[in-house]
Amino acid sequence: MAGTFEPRIIAFVCNWCTYTAADNAGVSRLEQPPNVDVIRVMCSGRIEPAFILKAFAMGADGVIVSGCHPPGDCYYTNGNYKTFRRMPLVERLLEQFGIEKERFHWGWISGAEAIKWAQLTHEFTERVRALGPLNWSRQLESKED
Amino acid sequence: MAKKSKLKLGLYWAASCGGCEIAVVELREKILLLDEAADILFWPVAMDFKVKDVEAMPDGHMDVCLFNGAIRTSENEEMAHLLRRKSKVLVAFGSCAYEGCIPGLANLFDKDSILRRVYLEVPTVDNPRGVLPQPATHLPEGEVEIPRLYNTVKTLGQVTDVDYFVPGCPPQPHQIWAVVEAILGGKLPPKGSVVGANEKTVCDECKRLREEKRIKKFYRYHEIIPDPEHCLLEQGIVCAGPATRGGCGALCPQVNQPCRGCYGPPPNVMDQGAALLSAVASVVDANSEEEAARIVGDILDPAGTFYRFGLPASTLHRARLGNR
Repeated sequence: MAGTFEPRIIAFVCNWCTYTAADNAGVSRLEQPPNVDVIRVMCSGRIEPAFILKAFAMGADGVIVSGCHPPGDCYYTNGNYKTFRRMPLVERLLEQFGIEKERFHWGWISGAEAIKWAQLTHEFTERVRALGPLNWSRQLESKED
Repeated sequence: MAKKSKLKLGLYWAASCGGCEIAVVELREKILLLDEAADILFWPVAMDFKVKDVEAMPDGHMDVCLFNGAIRTSENEEMAHLLRRKSKVLVAFGSCAYEGCIPGLANLFDKDSILRRVYLEVPTVDNPRGVLPQPATHLPEGEVEIPRLYNTVKTLGQVTDVDYFVPGCPPQPHQIWAVVEAILGGKLPPKGSVVGANEKTVCDECKRLREEKRIKKFYRYHEIIPDPEHCLLEQGIVCAGPATRGGCGALCPQVNQPCRGCYGPPPNVMDQGAALLSAVASVVDANSEEEAARIVGDILDPAGTFYRFGLPASTLHRARLGNR
């Protein structure tokens, strides 16, 4: 099982910093795992907690949220402030739902940090691989209960 | 519904507290008008009908069934299927049937841990033999069966086809009457609609004074006596108004209590809890990650706070089974 499981990871990244880093990582031919599906949004402050829950509900094994470094990097001045106010609560909410901390990463990667992006995707993918599949949909499959 | 023939009405309760039944009685003198217009064919709380009476009806015999309560046991589910078959219009009446409500918080646990807690661990329980409810018990007279408890509390809409949803814990009497009038007048909206509520949030109906929201500390309800004029959220009390459908007339804020979210998500919001979390956290007045984490740390039970009424209907439905 462990040998065949390929984690599916959804990364919500902001247009101005982390997406640029991911783009740079590609252009620079940095090796990255193919497990991470990047979803570009304009700002990490646009990432509604509902997006993260929906990703898990629809089959993601792990979710990444990444934006511009606070305090000053945000293209929209303080969108990333919204992110760091929300994400600690999302983290605790996920734990209450029984989703391990290690399946959810949030943080900051600037446009110049392509190497950091490549490292994050590697490490995160391996961490989630070690946890095994989440397979949320099976929670409601059972007719019995 | 031919003219002159009375409306055939059924009312039923599944996993619920009985508050929805009280809300129907709260129609007060209007209940006489209801009686004039409708024949009640089934209402276990108030009248002596048996399940076999319902089983004996032809399919689609009842015009409308108001079904309150969540689906938590095998009996709840059987009754949901039976009443669906016997009713032309099935209404998920009240928060439990609509979105799971307080019984739905059981979805943070599983059947075994709930039974263990309630029958063995609670300090006021005296159960030295450790007896747990059994689905079947052998007695000299024969076998006695009780319904099975499910691991997961479900909404009515998750087990059968529902025509309309009436939110509220409980639905407010004036809203119930509006729904009854719509049914009697044959003016029902498209199938699947939420009826007996408004299209905007509770904040829209709340008269409190709103200024800028900048929260330095969250308070639990018992830790603060709120100012009666100002927005409760601005005072650091988690108020579900911004993420809750209006229709109640902002009753709780009127008596200095925060909205707890019983009318469910407003239109076009897919997850009430996530929307409330987002609304509440983004007005935290913190300019560093450490400060933000400390302030939102005041909210001790995010799942219970943000999903107090809607966990079974939410995106994730329940906590994960099998890893506790």
